[in-house]
Amino acid sequence: MLFETIRLALRAIARNAMRSILTVLGVVIGVAAVIAMVTVGQGSSEQVTRDVAKLGTNVLMIRPGQNTMGPRSSVTSERSFDLGDVAQIIRDLPQVETASAAESRQMVAVFGNINHRTMVQGVGNAYLAATDWPVVLGRSFLAGEEQAGRAVCILGQTVRAEFFGAANPVGEKIRLKTMSCEVIGVLDSKGASSFGTDQDDTVMIPVRTFQRRIAGSSTVNMIYVAVREDVPTDMARSAIETLLRDMRRIDPGEEDDFNVIDMKQLATMLTGITNVLTGLLAAVAAVSLLVGGIGIMNIMLVSVTERTHEIGIRLAVGAQARQVLAQFLVEAIVLSLMGGILGIMLGLALAAAAARFMVIPYTPDPLVVLGAFAFSAMVGVVFGYLPARRAARLNPIDALRHQ
Amino acid sequence: MQDSPPLIALQGITRVYGQDETEVRALDGVDLTIRAGEFVAIMGPSGSGKSTALNVIGCLDPPTSGRYLFNGVDVAGLDRDQRALLRRHYLGFVFQGFNLLPRATALENVELPLIYKGLPRAERHARAMRALDQVGLSGRSHHDPSELSGGQQQRVAIARALAGAPDLILADEPTGNLDTHRSVEIMELLGQLRARGGLTIVMVTHEDDMAAYADRIIWMVDGRIARDTPTARGKSHAV
Repeated sequence: MLFETIRLALRAIARNAMRSILTVLGVVIGVAAVIAMVTVGQGSSEQVTRDVAKLGTNVLMIRPGQNTMGPRSSVTSERSFDLGDVAQIIRDLPQVETASAAESRQMVAVFGNINHRTMVQGVGNAYLAATDWPVVLGRSFLAGEEQAGRAVCILGQTVRAEFFGAANPVGEKIRLKTMSCEVIGVLDSKGASSFGTDQDDTVMIPVRTFQRRIAGSSTVNMIYVAVREDVPTDMARSAIETLLRDMRRIDPGEEDDFNVIDMKQLATMLTGITNVLTGLLAAVAAVSLLVGGIGIMNIMLVSVTERTHEIGIRLAVGAQARQVLAQFLVEAIVLSLMGGILGIMLGLALAAAAARFMVIPYTPDPLVVLGAFAFSAMVGVVFGYLPARRAARLNPIDALRHQ
Repeated sequence: MQDSPPLIALQGITRVYGQDETEVRALDGVDLTIRAGEFVAIMGPSGSGKSTALNVIGCLDPPTSGRYLFNGVDVAGLDRDQRALLRRHYLGFVFQGFNLLPRATALENVELPLIYKGLPRAERHARAMRALDQVGLSGRSHHDPSELSGGQQQRVAIARALAGAPDLILADEPTGNLDTHRSVEIMELLGQLRARGGLTIVMVTHEDDMAAYADRIIWMVDGRIARDTPTARGKSHAV
């Protein structure tokens, strides 16, 4: 009987093919939107997790100033660090594997007649180690170069491609401001960061070089600390805080004038934000599913009116109310399931395209697909019920008279 | 035939539509007994309640009051779904307007009541073909109603009524949309089926020529039975 009913529903749908397609479009768009949003959202979360894994989860960042995440007030009012602080952290804390200052500034690099705006970073080899970012061509900084602040640089892949294409840049000279700088190496490709910036678009020089030739000061505004593998980051963090409070002579009860950021925490927060955004977008998309459902209800009501005479015939030959109800309910469910399946395919295709475009992983979740399928069936039940009940309640004599 | 138990016994049946001032008493105390195997014609002017009587007998419409014994069982108080079951298993309908599903073949139309009987596909098919054969349309089983003449459409409808192997066929002006020639064919078909299968037929008509095919004519006026007389054919049966 159920099989008969489904066959009947398919026939009725096929009979009004154009109308059925238009009716189903609302559900298709709704399901596709939800699937695309959720899949892209999950891909972004996955991307954040991978980025943090690349950063190394045992990395702590120290910055001057109190407010951890929000915009910082004027930098000058804060007591920044200097290279002595970095050295002392390495020397005094056994929990710390290594540490490096990391200064950065957007500026134009020049090679020949090519100008390229990029992120120039003043760092040490320790930074490359802490962020697990190897040099793939040439070499990293020599101890002497770091100490003396020599004009040497290591290029990110984007800068290398911009200036040299596929050629070997080692030994060439590029210009930063007035400083001519010898290329000693090329970094491995790192890809986009969680914030969408291209991390390979960078030029790295020794931090002393940066201070003297670019910043013109000896301050340090960011310290990267790699914590030893066997030490929990929480412990390292409190050790650093204690040491820095001591070094900076902060009285007990007074707040820190610096803050330590755990990359793992940052990742958790970012993932949280991504999830909330995904949820919101999916909720908005779900509204269009609702609209699609109302479309189905509308067309089913039209269908019941159109087929009143048919319903009368069925009642006369002995159809019970629940059989008429089932007929129209199944038709609505089949209709919305068709929309659901089309929507799932469209949504996954959209998500795949978006993932490729945004350079995030494409991670379709079978559970989400299943959920969308079930949800579109539910849309059919909810919005098909009213028209089906109307059909089932028709009086056979009136229905037969209806032409 | 006089010995067979009454298939239908209406006792004091009323059917009232509307309320208070707009009240219409379509049936106003009808007593009627029809025996199995009878062919009864109900006649009367329009508004006399003959169609209402047919709908009540056909369990399409419940009476407002009175007793309706079908095969000795009181069915006046049945709810809608119970009446549907009764129609499904014991009754067949033939209407003036044929009432076939337009986008289904003759065979599918005849199969319709069998679907609700829950018969498996193969048996449905066989029974529907047999019914079409009985009305002489087995060659047209895959035609849509629009491809058939009015007389043929009515024969499909009769096959549909027959397919469920009912005890009673209710015909509401079955020849109303047909010319004389086709009408005679349909009436002869009904007469044959009755004679062959022991069917009981109750037919509403306003044409004397058609009523003459019945055994008995019931005249209705204002919701009551005014006359109940055997036809010439009925008398010859009785003898």
